[in-house]
Order: sequence, then structure tokens, then C-alpha cells
Amino acid sequence: MLSFQYLPHREYSSLEVDAKLKMIFKIVKKNKIVLMQGRLKPQEEAQLIEQTMGQITKKFSGISFCTILPEKQNGKKKQDSKVPTIMKNAFYNMFMKNRDTLTIIGPANLVKEIRKNPNRIDLMLD
Amino acid sequence: MIKKFKSFFNKVLPGLFKRKKGIKLGFYGPPNAGKTTLANRICMDWLGEEMGSASKVPHETREIKIKEKVEIEADGKKLSFNLIDTPGIATQIDYEDFLKHKISKTKAKKRAKEATKGVIEAIRWLDNVDCVVVVLDATKNPYSQVNITIIGNLAARDIPVLIVGNKTDLKSSNLKKIEAAFPQYDVIGISADKGKNIENFYKEVFKLVN
Repeated sequence: MLSFQYLPHREYSSLEVDAKLKMIFKIVKKNKIVLMQGRLKPQEEAQLIEQTMGQITKKFSGISFCTILPEKQNGKKKQDSKVPTIMKNAFYNMFMKNRDTLTIIGPANLVKEIRKNPNRIDLMLD
Repeated sequence: MIKKFKSFFNKVLPGLFKRKKGIKLGFYGPPNAGKTTLANRICMDWLGEEMGSASKVPHETREIKIKEKVEIEADGKKLSFNLIDTPGIATQIDYEDFLKHKISKTKAKKRAKEATKGVIEAIRWLDNVDCVVVVLDATKNPYSQVNITIIGNLAARDIPVLIVGNKTDLKSSNLKKIEAAFPQYDVIGISADKGKNIENFYKEVFKLVN
């Protein structure tokens, strides 16, 4: 069973970067996928990668993440090959209604599994 | 008047010293894009020796490598660079991926551990470079979060960036896709391995620092 947790902007926007990342890791380490309204700043993204590297173990091989911008801002949605397109599009349309930025962060192993078997997402959305 | 002099010296002097010491040119990008192959190509061209070992196995470069005082000439000008080759930046490192390259389990685990430290080091070095060549594999999808994060961080730090689409000797390469992904940056296609378009690459690097 796949689990997702929605993180609205108001829940993390006032936090310091370490607290923000702690919140994200707490969800990801529970093998859940974070659906975050908005996006991290570039330096925060770099810190997210840095802290991820510091936490890699045999069981936790890291994260996959992508940011989806509204079409009017971006012209074209950016497609990260690491995160399945079906997953990005489905959650983007569901939560953002094409108006806002959505960041998806998930445990690398889980995202790899979804890539191998995207029907898992299909089944869940049906 | 004094203010004008101060402003002039503040702007000009650091630039002069930087040039004398060597411009710190960082090579950033995802693993296996060809950062070390390009750094080796430059070192071979101007020093006659390589900088580090390149490999088809990802995360071959796991620590920062620096080659100082590399004097490069282009368009009749000469500049001194300190080349900084960085480990490939990734958001995930699984030792099992190395096993596919016929590496023993012990060595794969060691490689993974070193690679994680390398990524951290590469990110920390973002604050120590003067300008950056972002090396991307032109046969791969450029819309990866790692590429976006690297370039976003360089922009946030106001560091001049040149994007290199490497491996253009391969049929599956697609430079236009990189140009479309990062339209606000100069993109040049090269093959570091075969030496294709390297002369133009040097010209672009000079444009970047001038």
C-alpha cells in the first residue's frame, strides 16, 4: 500500500530550514511520499541533498524529488525521469488544479518500485 | 570623488588578484556526465597530463580534485585557471547499483559510502568557486531535479555558468533538449572523449570569465 502525506505551505513556510527538512525526512523515513505545496529555495534543496547523503544506510538509499511548476509559469512542465510521470501528473492535477507549484519527495527505493510497476498508482487512483 | 575611487578599486583590484591567483573553475553535474573526462581533456591540452581517472561506473570521482595554474589560451588571450573537478551530485546512492558493474559487495559498499561524502563535499564547494561549467550528458533527459538544483544554486549565488552538453559524438545525443530546458544559459555541445568542439568550448569559457 502506498502512502502519501500532503504538506500545505502554511505548515512549513515559517520554519527554519533544518526544521523544514526534519519534517520532510520524518515523513519520507516512514516510507511515505511527501506532496508539498510550493517548493524549497535552491539552497534548501542543496541542503536536502546534503542531509540525505548524511543519512544513507543499507535500508535508506536516498530520495527522489521533483518540482512541478504551473504551466503558465513554466510553459512546459519539467519532467524528471526519476519520478514516474503518471504520479506527478495525477497528484499535480488533484492538489494544485494547475495553479500552484507542487514538490514531490519520496524514498528512492519506493519511487524505483513505482517506476517498475506504475499500475500501483493507477489502481490507487481508480 | 573619494567614493568613486573606492568603488573603482573595490571592483577592479579583487578581479586582478583573482586572475593572478587563478580563476577557480568548478566542474559540476550529475554522475557519469563526463566532468572528469572534460577536466582531463583540458589538462592534457594545456599541461600534458591527466587530472583523474574516469570510468563508466558512476561515482568514480568521490572527492574534490584540484589542478592549479592551468594556463589556457583562446582568441590570443591567456588566463590562469584552478580547475576543480567535483563528485557527481545525486539524491540517491544504492550500493547494489554498483554490483551491476561487477564490483564486489565490499567494494560497492565502500564506494557508496565514499560517494555520499563526495556529494556533500561537492555541495559545500559551491561557495568556493568563481565560475562553473555544468556538464550534462546530452544523451539523457536534462529535466532532472539534480540539474535544476545545481543550476538554481549557482544562480542564487550569482556564479557565472556555462552548460556543456557532453557526448555529442553519440547518435542519441540531443543538445536542443538541453537548450530548451535551460534557455537563459549558454549551452555548448562537445565530446570531451573525442575532443569534438573543444576549441569553441575554450572560447565560451573565456566569455564566461570576462
